[in-house]
Amino acid sequence: MSTATHSLPRTIGAHAVLLTYTVIALFPVIIVIVNSFKSRAAIFGAPLAPPTPKTFDLIGYTTVIGQGDFIHYFQNSLVVTVASLFFVLLFGAMAAFALSEYRFRGNSLMGLYLALGIMIPIRLGTVAILQLMVASGLVNTLTALILVYTAQGLPLAVFILSEFMKQVSDDLKNAGRIDGLSEYTIFFRLVLPLVRPSMATVAVFTMIPIWNDLWFPLILAPSEETKTVTLGAQLFLGQFVTNWNAILAALSLAIMPVLILYVIFSRQLIRGITSGAVK
Amino acid sequence: MTTKLLTALLLGTSILGSAGMAYAQDVTLNIESWRGDDLAIWKDKLIPAFEAKNPGIKVVFAPSAPTEYDAALGAKLAAGSAGDLITCRPFDKSLELFKKGNLADISTLPGMENFSDVAKAAWQTDDGKSSFCVPMASVIHGFIYNKDAFDKLGIKVPETRDEFFAALDKIKADGTYIPMAMGTKDLWEAATMGYQNIGPNYWKGEEGRAALIKGEQKLTDPQWVAPYAELAKWKDYLGDGFEAQTYPDSQNLFTLGRAAIYPAGSWEIGLFNTQAQFKMGAFPPPVEKAGDTCYISDHTDIGMGLNAASKNADAAKTFLTWVASPDFATIYANALPGFFSLNNTPVKMEDPLAQEFVSWRDKCKSTIRSTYQILSRGTPNLENETWVESANVINGTVTPEAAAKKLQDGLDSWYRAGK
Amino acid sequence: MRGSIAVESIAKNLIGGTERMAAAPKRPFRWHIVVFLAPAVLVYTAIMILPLAGTLQLSLFRNIDQSQVFVGLENFRRLFGDPNWSVNFWNALRNNVWFFIIHMVVQNPIGVLLAALLSSPRLRFSAFYRTAIFVPTILSFVIVGFAWKLILSPLWGVAPNLMDLVGLKSLFTPWLGKEQYALTTLSLISVWQFVGIPMMLIYAALLSIPEEVIEAAECDGITGMSQFWKIKLPLILPSIGIISILTFVGNFNAFDLIYTAQGALAGPNYSTDILGTFLYRAFFGFQLQVGDPNMGAAIATMMFLIILGGVCVYLFLVQTRLRRYQF
Repeated sequence: MSTATHSLPRTIGAHAVLLTYTVIALFPVIIVIVNSFKSRAAIFGAPLAPPTPKTFDLIGYTTVIGQGDFIHYFQNSLVVTVASLFFVLLFGAMAAFALSEYRFRGNSLMGLYLALGIMIPIRLGTVAILQLMVASGLVNTLTALILVYTAQGLPLAVFILSEFMKQVSDDLKNAGRIDGLSEYTIFFRLVLPLVRPSMATVAVFTMIPIWNDLWFPLILAPSEETKTVTLGAQLFLGQFVTNWNAILAALSLAIMPVLILYVIFSRQLIRGITSGAVK
Repeated sequence: MTTKLLTALLLGTSILGSAGMAYAQDVTLNIESWRGDDLAIWKDKLIPAFEAKNPGIKVVFAPSAPTEYDAALGAKLAAGSAGDLITCRPFDKSLELFKKGNLADISTLPGMENFSDVAKAAWQTDDGKSSFCVPMASVIHGFIYNKDAFDKLGIKVPETRDEFFAALDKIKADGTYIPMAMGTKDLWEAATMGYQNIGPNYWKGEEGRAALIKGEQKLTDPQWVAPYAELAKWKDYLGDGFEAQTYPDSQNLFTLGRAAIYPAGSWEIGLFNTQAQFKMGAFPPPVEKAGDTCYISDHTDIGMGLNAASKNADAAKTFLTWVASPDFATIYANALPGFFSLNNTPVKMEDPLAQEFVSWRDKCKSTIRSTYQILSRGTPNLENETWVESANVINGTVTPEAAAKKLQDGLDSWYRAGK
Repeated sequence: MRGSIAVESIAKNLIGGTERMAAAPKRPFRWHIVVFLAPAVLVYTAIMILPLAGTLQLSLFRNIDQSQVFVGLENFRRLFGDPNWSVNFWNALRNNVWFFIIHMVVQNPIGVLLAALLSSPRLRFSAFYRTAIFVPTILSFVIVGFAWKLILSPLWGVAPNLMDLVGLKSLFTPWLGKEQYALTTLSLISVWQFVGIPMMLIYAALLSIPEEVIEAAECDGITGMSQFWKIKLPLILPSIGIISILTFVGNFNAFDLIYTAQGALAGPNYSTDILGTFLYRAFFGFQLQVGDPNMGAAIATMMFLIILGGVCVYLFLVQTRLRRYQF
C-alpha cells in the first residue's frame, strides 16, 4: 500500500549506500584470501590482481598445513564456543528472568553485582584463575576454557536479557499462572520463546569474543591437544612473520571456517531476530 | 536435544582432558620458549639427538609468541603450571625470576665449566656467586648488504662513517635501490638495529657501558648523544613511509632485492639465506677514522634454566647438561646460523655469512647492549624508553639531545649509581 | 488524530511491561528465585568475582622483599603523584576518550543508518547486505590487526595503489606510523570491525516495532524521513542507549586491537596508548620491564571506577529519562 510509494531514487540511494559499505566491509577480507593463492612475487608485484594461472601458487597453504593440525584446532574452538554459549544463554536467561520478574529484597543489588563483571577485564584475574584450574587439575583441558568463558559471558548476557525480559507482557505470564503453570514452565515455555530474538543477539555478542580469544587458551590450555584456532593462527603469524605466503594462508585458514559457519548460521540468526518482530 | 548435546560435549571434554595423561611412564619435559621460529629445528634435530642418548626422557618444545612469552610465563610460574625448562632472557628479567624463586640455582650443574665468565654473566646474581641459566647463544650486530647492488653501483664496503654515508648517497642518487631497509613502526628496530648497533663505536663498548652503570657517564654526554645524531641522518635514506614499516616489512624489502643495506642482527642470516635471490655480505658498524678500534655488540641473548618447581628436576638437569655440551652447541649453531655458541669449545660453522660476523670478534672489541644490565630494573624502564626515543629520533619528532635528556631524566628518577 | 492515539496506546502497551513488576504479596519462601539465580551466581562468583577481587585488593599492597605489605593508598598516590606514572595515565585516558568519541560519532550513526536502510520493507538483497556487513565483526583481533597492517603497509602498496586509482595518492601517508594519525586510524579500524553490532541491535529493534504503529503513523501522513525521526527513533532510543553504554564499556576495556597492531608499547611515542595497553604493561610487564601487579591493580581499579561511573550515569540518568520520554 503506502509502502509502494517508496520512490525509485530513494531505493537506488539505499542500495548505493549499502553496497558501498559492503565493499568496505569485505575488501580487506577478500584481499587477504585472494593473495593467499598467489606466488610471493605476485603478492608484492600486483596485490590487487586476482591470481592468474601464472601466479597461482599454493605454497603458503602447504607450508602452514604441514606445521599444525588446523582441523583439530578448529574442533577445539567449536567445542569451547558452543558449550560456553549454551551455558551463558541458559544461566544468563534464568538469572535475567529472576531479576526482571520477581521483586525480592536485594534485587537491584544483585543486578548490580552481576553487572560488575562487565566493568573489569577478566584478564586481570588470570593468576588466581590459573591457580584455581591447577588446583582442580583442569589445566590443558577444554573444560577450563568453557568455565572461564561462561563466567565471562554471563554479566553481559544478564544485563541485556533482563532489559528485554521486562518487555514480555505481564498479562501473558499472569494468564499462565492462573492456568496453574509452575514458574519454571512459565519461564521455559512462555518467556524463553518470546525473547528468542534477544537471545540471538546475546549469542552473537558472547560468541565473538570467545571464538577470538587468544589469552586464555594461551594460559589455560596451550597444549597441542587443546589448542584453539586463534592461538594456532597467532603462533603461525609469529613463526612465519616474514613469509607472506604462509601468513596470508594462515589468516585465510582462520577466516574461512568462521565465514562459512557464519553464512550458514546467519539465516538462523536473522530468522531468530525477525521472528520476534512478527509475533 | 540439548541434553544430548550437553552430554556429548561433556564426554568430549573429559576424553580430551584425559588424553594428556596417556603417556605417563616416561618422564616428559616441557620447554617454555619464545622462539617459535626454531620449532622445526627442535623437533627434527635437537630433541631426537637428545632422546637417542637418553632413553626414558621425552622432550616437548612448546613455544609461545615472543610478545606474549613473558606475560604468559609469569602467570604460569605464579600458578605452578609452567614447563620444566625455561628459556631465559638475559640479565634482569631472568634475575627477577631467580629472586622470586622461580628459577633453580644451577651453579654446580655439570657442564657449566664449559662457559667463560663473560658468557655466564648474563644469568648470574650481581655478585657472580649463583648461576641460574645455561648460556645458549649470543647475537652480533652489523650491516648486511646486497652484494649484487654494491657491485653494480661500484661501491666498496665502507669502513668509516664518511664512506658509509657516501655509499648511501650514491645508492640514493642512482635510485634503483632504497639505500637502507629499516622502519620505525615496531620501535625496537630503531633501538636494537640502530642505536645499539652503531653506538658501541661512540661510547667505546664495555668502557662506556661500565661507566654509565657506575654513574661516571651520563646518557646526555656527547658519546651517548652522537649515535642519536647519526640515527637522525638515517631518515633520508629509508624507504617511503618508513614510519609505518614493520620489522617483517623491512626484512621483505631487503630480501626482495629492493633495498641495498640492512642494519642487522646476526639472527637474520638463516632466514635471509632462504629468501634472498642475490649474494649477500656483511660489514661491522663503520668507525670514525680508518684504523680506529672497532666495537661490536655481541649480545648474550638466550639461555635455558630449570623451573624450581619442576617435578622432573633430575631429568631436566640431564637435559641442561646436554645443552651445555659441545654436541648441542654444534647442532644449534649450524641449524641456526647467526646464533653464536657461547661454549668454550670452538664450533665449526659452515655458513659464510655467519663466519663473516663471527670473525669480527677477533678484530673488534665485544660489548653487550648498554641498557640490559642493571639499568632496566626500575620504572621508567630504560630499554623500553630507548625503543620509543630511538624511533622518535629517526622519525624526526624529537632532537637527539632531547631524547637523551628524557632517557637520563627517567634513569635519574630511580637509579642511584653504586647503590 | 485517531492514528496518533493508536500510536500512543500501543507505545504505552509496549513499554508498560517494562515498568510493572509482579506484585510480591507475603508468600512462603520462593525457592524458584534461588534456582533461577544460583547457577549464574555460582559460576560467576567463583571464576570471575573472587579472582578479580583478589587482584584488585593488590592495589593496596606493595611487594617489599618478596612479601606483600599493606600500604593503604600509596599506590594511588604514586599513580597520580609520580610523573613517571601520571603522565602515562593521563595520556592513556585522553587517548581512550578520543577512541570512545570516534566510536560514538562514527560507529553508532553508521550502524543506525545501515539498520534503517536494511529494515525498509521490500529492499532486495537485504539478507546479503546484512550478512556481508557483519563479517568483520566475527573476525578475531589477530586477523583484523594483521590484515589492516598489511593493507596500510607502505611496502605492500595496497592502500597507495587504491588511492592512486581515485587520484588521491598524494594524500597517502603512513598513518599507523604518524603520531597525529595513528590513534584515529586505529579507532576507525575498530569502527570498521564493530559496526555490525549496533547495526544488528538497531535492526532487531526496528523490526520489533509493531506494524500497527507504522500503519497508524502513515494514516496520520507521517512517512519517510519524518516517520523515522518522529516515530521510529523514539521507539529505538532504549536500544541506542544500550549500544552507547556497551560501546563505552567496550572502549574503556579495549586492548587487543591496539596490542596486535601497534604492540604493547602502543607506538609511535605512546600516541595510541589506551588504558588497556597501559594496564597490560604495568601488570604483566613488557620485554625488560618486569610486571608490577600492585601498580597494575591500582590502574585496574581506576579503570573499574571510570567504567562504573559511566554505567551509573547511564542507569540513573539516561535510562530513567529515556522511559519518561516515551510516554
